[in-house]
Amino acid sequence: MKERYYGRLVGRVVLYVVLLAGSVVFMLPLAWMISTALKPIEQTMSMPPTWIPHRHFAEIDGRRMPVKKGETFTEPCYVVYDGLLARRFVVPQSQVREGRLIRHNISGETERIPVDILEEIPASVTEPWVRVFPEERVPGPQARDQWWVVPSNRLTAKIAPRWENFVNAIRAMKYFPLYLKNTLILCFLTVVGTVFSSSLAAYGFSRIQWRGRNKVFLVALATMMIPFPVVMVPIYCMFRWLGWIGTLRPLWVGSFFAGAFNVFLLRQFFLTIPKDLSDAARIDGCSELRIYWQIMLPLCRPALMVVALFQFMFTWNDFLGPLIYLTDQKTFTLALGLQFFQSQHGGTEWHYLMAASTLVALPVIVLFFFTQKTFIEGISMTGLKG
Amino acid sequence: MTRGEWRNLGVGLAFISPWIIGFLAFTLYPALASIYYSFCDYDVFSRPVWIGLLNYRDMFTDKVFWKSLYNTMYYAVFSLPLGLVISLLIAVMLNQQIQARPLFRTIYFLPSLVPVVASAMIWLWILNGKYGILNYLLGLVGLQGPDWLADELWTKPSLILMSVWGVGGSMVIYLAALQDVPRELYESALIDGASAWHKFVHVTIPMISPVIYFNLIMGIIGALQVFAQPYIMFGGGGPNRSALFYAVYLYQNAFDYYEMGFASAMAWVLFIIIFFLTWVATRTTRRHIYYAGE
Repeated sequence: MKERYYGRLVGRVVLYVVLLAGSVVFMLPLAWMISTALKPIEQTMSMPPTWIPHRHFAEIDGRRMPVKKGETFTEPCYVVYDGLLARRFVVPQSQVREGRLIRHNISGETERIPVDILEEIPASVTEPWVRVFPEERVPGPQARDQWWVVPSNRLTAKIAPRWENFVNAIRAMKYFPLYLKNTLILCFLTVVGTVFSSSLAAYGFSRIQWRGRNKVFLVALATMMIPFPVVMVPIYCMFRWLGWIGTLRPLWVGSFFAGAFNVFLLRQFFLTIPKDLSDAARIDGCSELRIYWQIMLPLCRPALMVVALFQFMFTWNDFLGPLIYLTDQKTFTLALGLQFFQSQHGGTEWHYLMAASTLVALPVIVLFFFTQKTFIEGISMTGLKG
Repeated sequence: MTRGEWRNLGVGLAFISPWIIGFLAFTLYPALASIYYSFCDYDVFSRPVWIGLLNYRDMFTDKVFWKSLYNTMYYAVFSLPLGLVISLLIAVMLNQQIQARPLFRTIYFLPSLVPVVASAMIWLWILNGKYGILNYLLGLVGLQGPDWLADELWTKPSLILMSVWGVGGSMVIYLAALQDVPRELYESALIDGASAWHKFVHVTIPMISPVIYFNLIMGIIGALQVFAQPYIMFGGGGPNRSALFYAVYLYQNAFDYYEMGFASAMAWVLFIIIFFLTWVATRTTRRHIYYAGE
């Protein structure tokens, strides 16, 4: 009996360990996105990586000021002034002899450059010193020469997310407000279109007995088998013929014509509502349209919510549709705009790209938290009824 | 038919009229038109010209076509079983009596919600050859990570990895099915002295088999049509076209080269492949699927 108990205990510990490890793996990409979005650019490219965005402060002339970190020195150095170049350098003490900097130039000859020693840096492996730059350089002829060398233990780091990255990313994306507006317009129109057209069709397929209904419904189900690429080209040509390429119309007009999947989902729900209800209303002289509007729709609010939510998500996330139909940057949606931004600025400004990605992903995630129950029910519904 | 039946037919058709119009304009006509286009040379700007089977012949002799088909199959063969098994595994773990189940469920589900463009950006950054966090983490355990996005051997595994990250949707479907399995079945299995593994194989799997089948079919359809991730991350197809997927090549033919006829032919071949694989999946699993109430 005791053995069994220990066996179960070990099992539970293993279960939790696996679940927690999995959670870390699944959350890491999102955490990394947000962490990168809040960093200054140099921290995005540091190795080892910086996990938590921070700011460095150094005490210079008795004043604590925000600085950027430069290279680290681990051997005794001098800060020297080269009068000819009118610039300061940090050089290892071993390279300076009798006021001259000894070094090899490009052609391999030994040069002895007269320099003034300004400062002695007693750096070592155990007590490294760090070059620091002011966070905001004062513009002017001396701009390149603004730096100090300080002992690394005098450098303090403070957690400091850069919220301004979001503002800068929005500015860098240029038409961000328009992208957002277009996306919201499309979300609104497609949600309204889908909810009304599919609930009407679902009503016709479930609450009215008419000849051939089941056969037609089978046709509707069969259309779900057809992959989008099959109809993509002719639909594109059709919208082109209408002169709608480059406008938002191709992206929402279709939603007013009841997609089979949503009709199927709503029909399943409509079928669960007792028939007597509509029969009683019919006897009272209610028209079908009124039964649909005043009885069915209010009763089916949860299912309608699921359809609306899924459609919103689909429109918000859709990439292929906007890619095909939109030609002018000002009509882009957020998804397309983000991809456009990446193709223009990709590979360098990772902090802005991640900030922009966060802005595109966050609304969906927030929406999920507010509608969690509807969401999970909806997904389970699609699976169980399928 | 009686007058009432005629009336019902009229009202019924009126209610489904949005669907009828949509069916005619966005499914039936386009499907027929694309069959026709697939036998034509058509560039949108001028009228389609009938060329018979030339598009299909070109396609079957086009090396890039075969490469894109190979890439897509490679992706499907790995991402599909991996996705099915991992999402089921997570769902089974979450179905145990554990603390904070809703929290765990949210954590595993959340990545599947992230818009595909955003997740493509995240993974471009994670898999970055120089500053990528994944290779840093691999380095911590002593592994030298490959240059995921620039090495033609690793572009497809990168996309498979991404697909596993987004299994939350099917996980939730499994979880819902698992919670519907009647407790009595487990209790009687326990009385019979069944081990945990036996319970899983002989009770759980049969009871949720319709949902496994659903996820399998959805997975086939989705994997063969995957477009946005490879398109965003690898543009024209990545190193040596190693990430040129079927749907991406189809898109390129249609909208980069304006080979609408060729693209339509590709679309129909895709349809036939999907149809065939779905049929095979249905045939081979049918005997093992248990439908309660039948």
